[in-house]
Amino acid sequence: MNLTWNRVLPVVSSLVAIAAALAVGAGLIAIAGVNPLHAYGILFNEALFNYYGVGNTLTKTAPLLLTSLGVLVALKAGQFNIGGEGQIYMGGLGSVLIGLYVTGLPALLHVPLALVGGFCCGALWGFIPGYLKAMRGVNEVITTLLLNYVAQYGVSYLVSGVLMERNAPSPFTPQIAPTAQLPILLPQTQTHAGILIGLLATIILWIAFTFTPFGYQIEAVGQNPTAARYAGMSVRRTIMTAMAIAGGLAGLAGAGEVLGLRYRLFENFSPGYGFDAIAIALLSRGNLAGVGLISLFFGALRSGANVMQRSAGVPVTVVYAIQGLTVLFIAISLVLERRLATAPPPLPSPS
Amino acid sequence: MSNTGFIADYLAASLRLSVPIAFAALGGLLSERSGVLNIALEGMLLTGAFVGAAATFYSGNGWVGVLAAIAAGGLVGLLHAWLSVSLRVDQLVSGLAINLSAAGLTAFASRLVFTADTTQKLPGLGAIAIPGLSQIPILGTLLFDQDVLVYGLLLLIPLLTYLLFRTSLGLTLRAVGEYPRAADTAGIGVARVRYISVIVSGCLAALGGAYLVLVHVRFFTEGISAGKGFIALAALIFGRWHPVYTALACLLFGATEALQLRVQAFNLNIPYQLLTMLPYLVALLALVGLAGKSTPPAALGIPYVKESTGD
Repeated sequence: MNLTWNRVLPVVSSLVAIAAALAVGAGLIAIAGVNPLHAYGILFNEALFNYYGVGNTLTKTAPLLLTSLGVLVALKAGQFNIGGEGQIYMGGLGSVLIGLYVTGLPALLHVPLALVGGFCCGALWGFIPGYLKAMRGVNEVITTLLLNYVAQYGVSYLVSGVLMERNAPSPFTPQIAPTAQLPILLPQTQTHAGILIGLLATIILWIAFTFTPFGYQIEAVGQNPTAARYAGMSVRRTIMTAMAIAGGLAGLAGAGEVLGLRYRLFENFSPGYGFDAIAIALLSRGNLAGVGLISLFFGALRSGANVMQRSAGVPVTVVYAIQGLTVLFIAISLVLERRLATAPPPLPSPS
Repeated sequence: MSNTGFIADYLAASLRLSVPIAFAALGGLLSERSGVLNIALEGMLLTGAFVGAAATFYSGNGWVGVLAAIAAGGLVGLLHAWLSVSLRVDQLVSGLAINLSAAGLTAFASRLVFTADTTQKLPGLGAIAIPGLSQIPILGTLLFDQDVLVYGLLLLIPLLTYLLFRTSLGLTLRAVGEYPRAADTAGIGVARVRYISVIVSGCLAALGGAYLVLVHVRFFTEGISAGKGFIALAALIFGRWHPVYTALACLLFGATEALQLRVQAFNLNIPYQLLTMLPYLVALLALVGLAGKSTPPAALGIPYVKESTGD
């Protein structure tokens, strides 16, 4: 019985955290002068029970899922990857370069190549802080945070300079070759194959963490680097690899935005997916199915919010507040959970 | 533009741009010296900026804005302290939660408060020239014809240095950050010291935000903090948790940012995005160059558990 309780508890506390954030969000909506039930009704009805709305939700879920997986992989290796946002930008850059300048390939080769380009650029942006952490001991939180700005402004620089389409009204690149474009899954929506890439990545990671020594090694390093070292694992290499994979996954998210949604690289094209991903990864507690479900929920929030703004007049930003508050409440619920867990308290250390 | 005019302008811009970072960094210094990691500086700065702007907007008085910003920053500090000291939440997670919440809440609230005319300038804080001293060429206007917040900052640096290294209060603070168990045994309330430090750190970071909206740009926009809190963290590490060196590091980052404005003014053919990137890049390089040479307080980021409570 204790066992089931300890398994159910994380799910319950995550749900409580989300509910609490939605409750505060309701308060904010009321402050904005709108009936919260009415507003939430529009939001979720649009996002989950309407063909175009679902399409929009899935479009937004794809980058969230991929970036969250990246944060999760890093987290499993004990690294706090706050750089998802920058890695998304780098991924977008890598994929647009291949989409623009590699020509004459069939789609069957061009699309994967462009995805690889996105993955590699994102991976580089994850590897750098990983390398600095593993080899030089530089705190990865601050480096990933700072690299976000470098990537974002770097992309702005490129798309308003060398990569900019001639006579474009605002900074963006020319359109990528049709052979590099991801197919649309749901007709008459923008839902592109990015969501499938996200699902595939989830499955691959599940296999890696459940069955392979490599996945085990990442978790061992994350949980106890000293023990992992004694067991003969290279802690440094594991950290760098995990951070590179993390960046690569976020890079795929950026690549999806370019290859599937916009067909161009725009400046400031990520509306903060990299930061939502941190919330999602924390909420999931390392559970891959959890990452998928919570990404869908966050995607629905973002997709419904626009309609809510249009028809109920509630600023979209209320959703950002709800997402931030979710992290706050999950932090609190983790503590409550620790106290509620029925496991016997650890013996006091002899001293 | 004459050469001295350019230098004076450049120095003034550097100082102006380093003030918000310096307030946040000195706040972070207090918090981290007491052993509490403060990645929430960004959110505190942003909160200070929003509340300062909103209070000024409603009252028409910049001073009300400053006081409101300090109060709001203190509350955010209290939240961070409660989460990380009392609840012993992972201090990174706590800081992150505060940053994300602050970003969302201020973005939402700013659309409700500043509805009609966002370009309308807020009444700011006027400069107060110090008679005599302000007449000195270059340095005079730079240091002695400023607003009260800058004077406050310039006084805060030696004050904090003295407080930290020359008083028993400072010794207490450092002891809590380095050897909390020993401090506890000596009868120091570790939790209390950390609470106070983190709350004051919130007040200071919020003052940086208030400076941003009341002196520097004179209006609030979403995400106006733009990573200044994170640069402050880098400055703190670069300055080795010492007020004077930290302030100098902030000046360096401010000067890097000012470069961008000056170059634009000179019409040099350097794209501004490349220069916008520069402060973050310099902060990054500073961290890398200093790797392993800058030692944080020994108990930084580790929640303290009293032995007698047995949990």
